[in-house]
Order: sequence, then structure tokens, then C-alpha cells
Amino acid sequence: MMINGIEDEDKWLAEGIAAIQHNAFYMHRALDANNLREALKYSAQMLSELRTSKLSPHKYYELYMRAFDELRKLEMFFKDESRHGVSIVDLYELVQHAGNILPRMYLLCTVGSVYIKSKEAPAKDVLKDLVEMCRGVQHPIRGLFLRSYLAQISRDKLPDIGSEYEGDADSVMDSVEFVLQNFTEMNKLWVRQQHQGPGRVREKLEKERSELRDLVGKNLHVLGQIEGVDLGMYKDAVLPRVLEQIVNCSDDLAQYYLMDCIIQVFPDEYHLQTLETLLGACPQLQPTVDVKTVLSQLMERLSNYAASSTDVLPEFLQVEAFAKLSNAIGRVIEAQVNMPIVGAITLYVSLLTFTLRVHPDRLDYVDQVLGACVKKLSGKPKLEDQRAKKQVVALLSAPLEKYNDAVMALTLSNYPRVMDHLDNETNKVMAMVIIESIMKNYTCISTAHQVEVLFELIKGLIKDLDGTAADELDEEDFNEEQNSVARLIHMLYNDDPEELLKIICTVKKSIMNGGPRRLPFTVPPLIFSALRLIRQLQGQDGDVAGEEVPATPKKIFQILNEMIESLSAVPSPELALRLYLQCAEAANDCGLEPVAYEFFTQAFVLYEEEIADSKAQVTAIHLIIGTLQRLNVFGVENRDTLTHKATGYSAKLLKKPDQCRAVYACSHLFWVDDQDGIKDGERVLLCLKRALRIANAAQQMANVTRGNSGPVTLFVEILNKYLYFFEKGNPQITSAAIQGLIELITTEMQSESTAPNAASDAFFASTLRYIQFQKQKGGAMGEKYDSVKV
Amino acid sequence: MNFIAGVFKPPCSVLISLADGRTRKQVPIKKDNGQTVMLPLFQSQETIIGEVLVEPTQGKKFEHNGIKIELLGQIELFFDRGNFYDFTSLVRELDVPGELYERKTYPFEFSTVEMPHESYNGVNVRLRYILKVTIGRNYVPNMVEYQEFVVRNYTPPPPINNSIKMEVGIEDCLHIEFEYNTSKYHLKDAILGKIYFLLVRIKIKNMELEIRRRESTGSGSNTYVETETLAKFELMDGAPVRGESIPIRLFLSPYELTPTYRNINNKFSVKYFLNLVLVDEEDRRYFKQQEITVYRLLED
Repeated sequence: MMINGIEDEDKWLAEGIAAIQHNAFYMHRALDANNLREALKYSAQMLSELRTSKLSPHKYYELYMRAFDELRKLEMFFKDESRHGVSIVDLYELVQHAGNILPRMYLLCTVGSVYIKSKEAPAKDVLKDLVEMCRGVQHPIRGLFLRSYLAQISRDKLPDIGSEYEGDADSVMDSVEFVLQNFTEMNKLWVRQQHQGPGRVREKLEKERSELRDLVGKNLHVLGQIEGVDLGMYKDAVLPRVLEQIVNCSDDLAQYYLMDCIIQVFPDEYHLQTLETLLGACPQLQPTVDVKTVLSQLMERLSNYAASSTDVLPEFLQVEAFAKLSNAIGRVIEAQVNMPIVGAITLYVSLLTFTLRVHPDRLDYVDQVLGACVKKLSGKPKLEDQRAKKQVVALLSAPLEKYNDAVMALTLSNYPRVMDHLDNETNKVMAMVIIESIMKNYTCISTAHQVEVLFELIKGLIKDLDGTAADELDEEDFNEEQNSVARLIHMLYNDDPEELLKIICTVKKSIMNGGPRRLPFTVPPLIFSALRLIRQLQGQDGDVAGEEVPATPKKIFQILNEMIESLSAVPSPELALRLYLQCAEAANDCGLEPVAYEFFTQAFVLYEEEIADSKAQVTAIHLIIGTLQRLNVFGVENRDTLTHKATGYSAKLLKKPDQCRAVYACSHLFWVDDQDGIKDGERVLLCLKRALRIANAAQQMANVTRGNSGPVTLFVEILNKYLYFFEKGNPQITSAAIQGLIELITTEMQSESTAPNAASDAFFASTLRYIQFQKQKGGAMGEKYDSVKV
Repeated sequence: MNFIAGVFKPPCSVLISLADGRTRKQVPIKKDNGQTVMLPLFQSQETIIGEVLVEPTQGKKFEHNGIKIELLGQIELFFDRGNFYDFTSLVRELDVPGELYERKTYPFEFSTVEMPHESYNGVNVRLRYILKVTIGRNYVPNMVEYQEFVVRNYTPPPPINNSIKMEVGIEDCLHIEFEYNTSKYHLKDAILGKIYFLLVRIKIKNMELEIRRRESTGSGSNTYVETETLAKFELMDGAPVRGESIPIRLFLSPYELTPTYRNINNKFSVKYFLNLVLVDEEDRRYFKQQEITVYRLLED
């Protein structure tokens, strides 16, 4: 059916074109012979082809264009009175003798064009007559094209300021009247097309109609180009009339297109000054009209306008643009009950974008927009629609992007309320956006209150919200989110220790609810934040003398203890252990022996009770040794207890090489290379000897189990320790001992049971080279090494 | 042939000429045979002056029973063809019976002749004016010569000329209100007006305004009515909606109209009507006919 229909249409079009050409041929002949009568006859016949009802608008346009071209030639002929000998006034009557209205009107418009040019009658009278007479064509497509022809030929003849057809004072108004009338009639025809013929498919009709829309819209273009239409006239005469037509036509397609046309065609300045009128029309449009796009376009144009020059900003204030837009949006949403929620939110996004660009200083406006959005969302279930969620994210992101300052968002009372309406997933997305904004701009969140609000905003990341099944979470995403939170915690800072402490407490309160999966991410940054505070307090020692000051290191350490405890309960013992050690060190720096001792105790308890993995134990013991070595706050007794524990655990490690390494590391516990550091050479030697024994045992064990004794690396490592203490002047470490060790290693290496190992060989060789170097260097050190033979 | 021709050759030639024949306006009139001839134009109360030239053939004398010229106004009804009804008849005796030897001119004059009716050439009726010269003969038929002329009478613009305004319709289907600016039009006039659609429930395809002429002849049972549509003028293309107002502007000059003639000598009438026709998509026609009066306005 359809295919046949199209084929038929092509055929009809071809026939129409052929007939136009045929008659145009005779018309040309008549024109050449200056025969007016014949010219009129054939032109009328030619134009009769436009009376067809069989063509779709697209094809009809083709036909129309053919006729249009021919009419230009006819117009040239009409213009030259010497060729046809009839005055233009008579000609104007003569063409009206044609019996059929459509050819008659085309001819009349053509003559009318010449008539205006001749200036024998005022342009406005001719135009008025033409536009009035065109009423006779009520068929939508034919009428639209006819009036479009009228618009076309009259375009350069409208009385206007500075135009040659300028008449008396009212001339511009005449032009406006003319164009408005033509516009109104065309729009009526266009709308009526929707209701043509019962058997026609709606989609097809709509497609056909949108093909014709520019014919209607062109009138508004023309209005926009009339110089004489100043703001006053636009406000009083043009806009109300156009809007009246738009509202009254009750056709969604037309309303949407024409509203858009108005916005695009007329200057922004006019829109600003007529906002109330323009916006007043919006709630009156059909519920199916996409008002949000219309309004968005308007707001975008206005914000561009505002951005174009600072000079125009006072205008915006003067007309209270924001209030008007805000009101209008409210009313549109109210009027269009069926508007999906996404539509409403999109409108708010546009409004927000507008206010951010035009009134960046008015945070209250932003809050107001968000408030309106909350109102719209309240009482409804959480958003399900993906697009709506996206729009909310856009809504909430816009202020962040604009101000590059998340702190600002924290001052908006409605911000969290909007977030409450998001589902968990979107909430998290939004939280991430906030954090990213903070990170990108290095925004410093500096008060406890802000922190509280912020953590309320991002609570989706901080704790499990109801209804989120943990196993649904993607591991990688989760980690990324938590890392972001961790980074965020670092951004919370205030120079005032008291405030900072408050911040820390606030954060602590929030993150403690995070559950076992989050704590390992969130606790460490907070701990370090607190430690930083402690160091800061320590730096200004003199000032914190007052009794009332809550921010004392002691107090902070209590908090820290609590937090780490929670971590060990998670359980994440290794992390807890590290943090304990960090805290111990900080306590040490503050000179708080009992606190440091307590932390160490906790660390050891963890080591004993929670850390079972041998590898983890190795790492842990080395950390303990390292930290302990640096601490100088302990009295002899405490220190003895701790070092004893450390050495004891070192020797109890599972693998011999691990034992060996831990033990020789313990040697440093007894020799702190500081001015008043402990220097117990004997116990150093004991450790080293013990390490040697273990190394030996390891060697033998390997010999038994594997058939070779493995590399000599351990021995070389111990040798290096010897060298270190030797150089540091430990009296217990003699050159003879070093000599002996070197020989031992050499023997071992030459032994058949030792597997050759390039790395340990090289290690040994460099060690020897070092000794050689020290010998040759001379001086005190050179003398010391003198006795060592390599 | 010449011999025979000579026998039946008229004994003299007769020529009727008007004194202002060269300057008087002539108008084209279509004859029965389709040819157009130019005839002099008069109006009522004009004086008709001219002369009749009689010239015996080849200088022979000829006898006559007297020569007269008549001015006749005749109505000829086609169903009664050949029977002329003279409503005006004026006679001027030009010569008493006698003999004519040579060419002779007879001047004549009909002063301020009453010619109340216009020349008219209709479907069933013809009204004409002639000058008829009769040369009476003995034993042979009289010689007769005609000169037709045209009479047109002008009327001043009517002092009262109301518009025609009317609301018509079919219940729940179509209601329109139409208005013609006047009820009396001169021949070069234009009909202006508008049609206002009050209710449209049918799918209208187009709307036309027709000018119809109704010529009625005879009387009583012998009345013949002939209606012609002189103009079909499309006023509207497509279907209007309620509230639409369609302008009318129809120039009368292209159409061959005559003034309205009412009951000319009880023989015939010519009346004009405007017929507004709406055609729907199923080609049904809805119409309303209104009489208008046409008159002849004196042209400058």
C-alpha cells in the first residue's frame, strides 16, 4: 500500500511538473509577444496545478518552487508597463477576474508586489488587502504555501524605519500587523492540518507537519528582523499577540516549535524585559508540550547573555529574573501533572545552571532551587528512573563545579535533603563527585560542623545503608570509594588544634560505624591526622599549658587507642600493629612514657595473639625492632622488658634465616648511635654471636635436608653488622672477630657443600672491597682496619 | 444572367444615414448568425436626425406610392417568431406618391424620442430598435430598408442601496452568515462582502459565488423561464472552521450583464441573482440565492 502510495505520488508530481512546464512555455511566448491576456491565461493555468490535493507537503513544495520561479518572470513583465500597457491599478483588478481562487491569489500577490514597488498606493494598504484576501484559501497545505509566497514577496517591502516604503509614524506597526496576521492565519492552517482526513496515520501527519513548520516560523523571523520593532513595541504589541496565538491554538507541536522560535528569534534583552509575559504563557501550554526544553533553552540563552557582558547584569536584578523563572517553573510543574519527575528535575537543573551563571554570588538562590526540588521529590519513593537519577546528580554537581568549593555545598541546607531522595547507588556516585571536587580543588574543610555535614552527605560511602547487600558490591569499586574517603580525611584541617580535634572526633564518630570492611581504609588516615595534630601541639609546647585546653596529646592518644582497638577487632591486626607503633613513636616524641609503653604493649599483645602468619610475623617483628630502637623515652626497666620481648620473639621465628635476621637486627636495640643513646657493646655482641649460631644451624640444616648448605648470604649480612658496630666503636667487636668471620665465610664458600650463588658472592666481594677501601683511606678508620687482613 | 439580374434588380437603392453617424458612439452587437456588427448607440429622449438617400437604378425613373420612415421599438418573442410587437412606433412621411427620376435625399428628424426600454438580445426574447424606410409600390411589394440601432438607458446611483445580510444554515450542520455590501450594482461594479462561518460540521471542499440571469418571457401558462449561469467565481478553497470569515470581491466587468429588466411591456423580465454555493467532499451542494438589481451607470 505504502509503496504504491509513494509511487503514485511521484507520478502525480511528475504530471504536475510537466503541466507547469507546458503552461510556462506558452506563458513565456506570451511574455515575449507582450501579450498580457495570454500571459494571464497561461499563468493562471500553470498555477492551477497547485490546486492538487494529492501531494505530500514535501512533494508539493517541489511543485511550488517550480511555479515560484515562473512567477518571478511574470513579475518582471508586470513591472514594465510599456510592455503590456495596463496601469498597475488596473492590472491589480484584472488579475482578480480569475475564476479559481488559488491562481487568482498567486497572481494578485505577484501584482501586489509590483504595486507596492510602484508606490502608487501605500504599501500598508496593499499588504492589508493581500493578507485579507488570502483568507479564501482554507486548505492547510495550499493555504500555507500561498501565505508563504505572500511572506516571501512582501519581505523586502515592509514599511520599516529606513526602508523606502516607510510611511507615516505608524508604518512599522502596519508591518507588524501584517506579519502577525499572516502568522496567525498560517498557524491556524498548520494546526488544522492535524485534523485533516480521518484515515490518515498520525505519525505520518506529524511528520508532514514538521516539514511545514519553518513556513510558519519564518514569519517570526521576519518580525525579528523589522528594525522598527523596539522593545516597547515588542512588549506591547508583538509578544502578547504571538503568545495569544500560540496558547490558543492548543496544539502541542505548534506550541513547542513556536515557543522555541520566539526564544531563538528575538534578542535576549527583549526576553529579559518580557520574562513575565513569556513565562506566563508556559503553564498555559498543552500538557504534552516539552516545556522543560523550552525553558531550558530560554535560561541558557539568558545565561549566555549574562555572561556576554557585566553591563547587563543589573538588568537581570532589576527584572528579578531569577524569581520569575523560579516561579514559572513551579507553575509549569504544577500545571503539567503528568510530567515525569525527570522533566521536573531537568527544569531545576536548568534553573540552577542559570542562577550559577548569572548570580554566582547568590547562594540562597541555589539553595532555593534545591529546596524546590526537595519539595517536588518529597512524599515520593526514591527515584527509580535512571535519567532522573542522572539529572539529580547533575543538579547536585553543578554548584560544586561552579564554585570549585565543596564547603559551599555544605552551607546549603537543602543539599543533603536532595541527596536523601537518591537511592544508595546514586548516593554513592554523588558522594564520589563531592569528594572528587574537594580533591581537585584542594578544598580545605576546616570546621567540625562542615565535616559533620559533609559526612552526612557522603554517608553512602561511610556506612552500609539499608538495603545494600554487601555481596553486590564490586570489590574494585568499593576499594576505590574507600580510598577516596581516606584521601578526603586528609583534606580536613584547621590550624586551631581545638577545632581540629573536634573535626577528628566528628570523623571518628562517623567512620566507626563503617563496619569491618571500611575501617582498614578509613582509620589510618584519621590516625595520621591525629598524629599530625599531636606533633603540632608538641611544636607549640609553651602554649598548651592551660588546664582547660581540651586538645592535649594525652587526650588524643586516648582517642587513638580506641580507634586502633576497633581496628584490631575487625580484625586487621597487622594494620593495627603498625598504627600502635606509630602512636608509640608519637608518644615517645611527646615524652609520654606510659602512653608509649601502653602502645607497645598493645602491639606485642597483637603480635602474640593475632599475628600467626610467619611472614607477617617477620614483618611485624622488624617493625617492632625498628620502632623500639628509635624510642628513647623508656626508663631502663621498661626498655629492658620491651627489648627482652623483642629479642625473645625474634629468636622464636619459624624459619632459621628469619630468626637470624631478626636477631642481628635486635643488636641495634642495644646500640643507639646517638649522643645519649644506649651503648651496650656486650649485648650487641651477644646478639651477633647468637645470629651467627643460628646462621650456622641454618647452614647445617640445609645441608642435611637438601644436600647443600645454601648460600652464605646470612654470614655476609652478619659480617656487615660486625663492620658497622666496629666502625661505631663498639669495643666488643674486634678486628680479630671480623678477621675470623671473613675466613669462615671464605671457607664456607670454598666448601663443596656450598651451592654457588652469584648474588651472595657479589655481596661478599663488595663487602671485602669496602674493607679494602677503608684500609686504604687511611686516617683513624684506616688504622682501625689495619689489622684486618683480606 | 445579366439579363435576368436586370429584371429583378431593385429599381432604386436606399441608404439611411445619421447626421452624427461619424461621431456617435457605436457598440458591438452579436447577430443571430454569430457575427458582430457595430451599431450606433442612443438613449431615451435623444433626437434622431438623419437623411434617407434614394437613388433610382441607372437613371431610370420609377413610380412609388409614397416614401415614409418609421422608428420602431419591437419585442420579438422566440416562441412566437416573426411576430413583432411594436411598443414604439413613429412615422415621418418623406414623399407623396409620384415618380422619381434622380437621386434624392430626404432629411428626417425624430425629436426627443421616448425609448423606455433597452435593446436586449436574450435567449427567448429580443428587444430592438429600428429605423424602417418603406417605399410604396403598386403591383409589386413595397421596398423596405432597415437600420438598427441600440438604446441604452442610464440610471443614476440609487438613493437607497441596502446591503444584503442573512444568516442561513442547516440545523446542527452548517450555519453561515453572509453579507453583500449592497443590493444594487452597476455593470462595472464589484461585489464586496464576506461569509462568516458560525458552525461547520460538514467537510466543505470549496465555495463559489455564481451570477445567474433569469429571463422569463410570456405570461400565464405561456411563461418561459430561462436561467443562465454567467459567472462561477471560487471564493474559498478548502474547509473552513468555525469563526472563519471569508472575503468576497467579485468584479462584474468581465461578465456580459445587462441591467435588470422588470416586466418590459408585460412581455418579459430579466433578473439577476447571486447564488452562494458550498460544495462538500461528497460533492453535495448547499446554496442560497439572492436577487440583486443591476443598473447601468452613466460612464464618463
